[in-house]
Amino acid sequence: MTDIFDIYLLEAMVNGILLGGVLALLALGLNLIFGVIDVTWICYAELVMIGMYGMYYLVQVFGLPYYVAAPFTILLVAGLGALLHLLVIAPLLSAPPINQLLATGGVLFVLQSFATVAFGIDFRNLGIRLPVLKFHDMHFSYSRLLAFAAALVGMLVVYFFMKKTYVGTAIRAIAQDRQIMALMGVDTRRIYLITSALGGALAGLASCLLVLQYDIHPFVGLSFGPITFLICVLGGLGNFVGGFVAAFVFAQIISLGGLFSDLEWGYVLAFAFFIVMMFIRPAGLLARRS
Amino acid sequence: MNLTRHWIRYWPWLAGAVLIVLPFVYRDPYHMHILIQILIWSFAYTSWSMMGRFGLVSLGHGGFMGVGAYVTALLWNHLGVSPWIGIPVAMTAAALLAMIVAYPCFRFRITGHYFVLVTLALSGIVLQVITATRDYTGGSLGYTPDRTRGSHLLALQFDDKLTWYLIALAVWAVGLAIWKWVDGSMDRYALEAISEDEDAAAAAGVNVTWEKLKITLISALMTALAGALYCQYQMFISPDTVSGISVSLQMVFAAIVGGLYVSLGPTVGAVITILLAEILRIGFGTRAVGWDNLVYGVLLVVFIIFLPKGILGSILDRWKTARRA
Repeated sequence: MTDIFDIYLLEAMVNGILLGGVLALLALGLNLIFGVIDVTWICYAELVMIGMYGMYYLVQVFGLPYYVAAPFTILLVAGLGALLHLLVIAPLLSAPPINQLLATGGVLFVLQSFATVAFGIDFRNLGIRLPVLKFHDMHFSYSRLLAFAAALVGMLVVYFFMKKTYVGTAIRAIAQDRQIMALMGVDTRRIYLITSALGGALAGLASCLLVLQYDIHPFVGLSFGPITFLICVLGGLGNFVGGFVAAFVFAQIISLGGLFSDLEWGYVLAFAFFIVMMFIRPAGLLARRS
Repeated sequence: MNLTRHWIRYWPWLAGAVLIVLPFVYRDPYHMHILIQILIWSFAYTSWSMMGRFGLVSLGHGGFMGVGAYVTALLWNHLGVSPWIGIPVAMTAAALLAMIVAYPCFRFRITGHYFVLVTLALSGIVLQVITATRDYTGGSLGYTPDRTRGSHLLALQFDDKLTWYLIALAVWAVGLAIWKWVDGSMDRYALEAISEDEDAAAAAGVNVTWEKLKITLISALMTALAGALYCQYQMFISPDTVSGISVSLQMVFAAIVGGLYVSLGPTVGAVITILLAEILRIGFGTRAVGWDNLVYGVLLVVFIIFLPKGILGSILDRWKTARRA
């Protein structure tokens, strides 16, 4: 009896780690935007949703292979990210931070209803069925493994971009001090635009991976959007490593909570954990003590 | 000059009298239905703006509304408790929830983005709990309070729109009165000082935590009442219509479009949003699905960029400068 139970527990834990990879990718994009521009994109998950529709149309309607469609989707969402910055965030940069957050809330409405109007509310999927891996009586979906691996690669690419290139260095410098870097001859507007595009590209990558696991509909963003914000806050907004750790903690809670009861209770548990943690460590899991 | 001053002083009473008399003169059921909806939602938006105007942007109000609606309906259906008792219980539950989340938030100085996201988690929890306990709440399919036959005072169920109109009008007026009361109290100055600079306010002797907690509790109580009223009037609630993030965002949207810093701003916001949705629905039928939110979203963005004081706020500002000149 205990053996079987342990197998399930192990399976749930591994699945939790796999889920954590994608969540960490989403959190990284949001953290990047917050850390550099000091703005929370409430509509982040909706960008992912648009990317998922992009994948759907490229693969199902235009008949492109998955791996050809993915770069196009990433470019598309990166463009959307840059556009969002130019149209909505840039005019509000000197406004109170809450206004920027609420304006992106408006964009959330726009994107959701745009998808409803343009694509209808039918559930769609790519029609790609990836095999399920069997290992010692445990089942892991291939799509999750792929998502986990791609998310890790994506995060590594961003890491090296930030550490090794001039633009990456400038981005990190701006995240440390917004005012001074403008005086040091860094074009803040250009860096903001690049960061927004990069954040969009990460959302695009996430949409390519999530499209393998979720059906696409205009409100699909709500099923991982709120979680992503909570992860970012739990890790400390703008703290990349914190977000990474928090993503895995959260994914484990959801996965294990779902094992003992319904999946919704996994989410309830995760949300409750979040609120408790906010009081124990308000500045994030890995906050530096000031 | 004297005449205008008198007019300004008495116009709320005049407008109130007109609103009370209105249904006795004109009672087209469809238009009454729209008016009742406007009044109930205006009250909900006003409750949100009680906090929002002091920079306490909460996305948890969908949660309070959900608690108000579901607790009332569940008590009635499962335990047979009359809404007259159920509504106060639901309001207390929402206030407790608000306290549990808000007290540590204020105590530990969780403000700005962080406060928004913590409250977002709160409305997420309420939504998920309602969905997860589907054996009792019907989950995402929605929930209907048991009907009595005909109108029933004890069950707070009325068949005629007139009664509902008067109830909604009274509650809305009370909401405005509370707004005015806060507006004229010392707490308003304290809260304005807090929203400018918490440390300075605390140094000046303002009890920051207590002031914020007070306004949050008032706001949560009112929002729960709005949820319960909505439930009793519509006789159908679902997690999407009374709880969750989209309802919270809807409140923010209407309050900002109407005007956050004036008493009738949220009401103007409710009038605009509900009329817009109805006009689109009548004009385009089922093809309009999604268009109303599309227009809302664009308006919200445009308003925050160009008219952060909202429609009514900006008009009143214009009017005041014109009078002064």
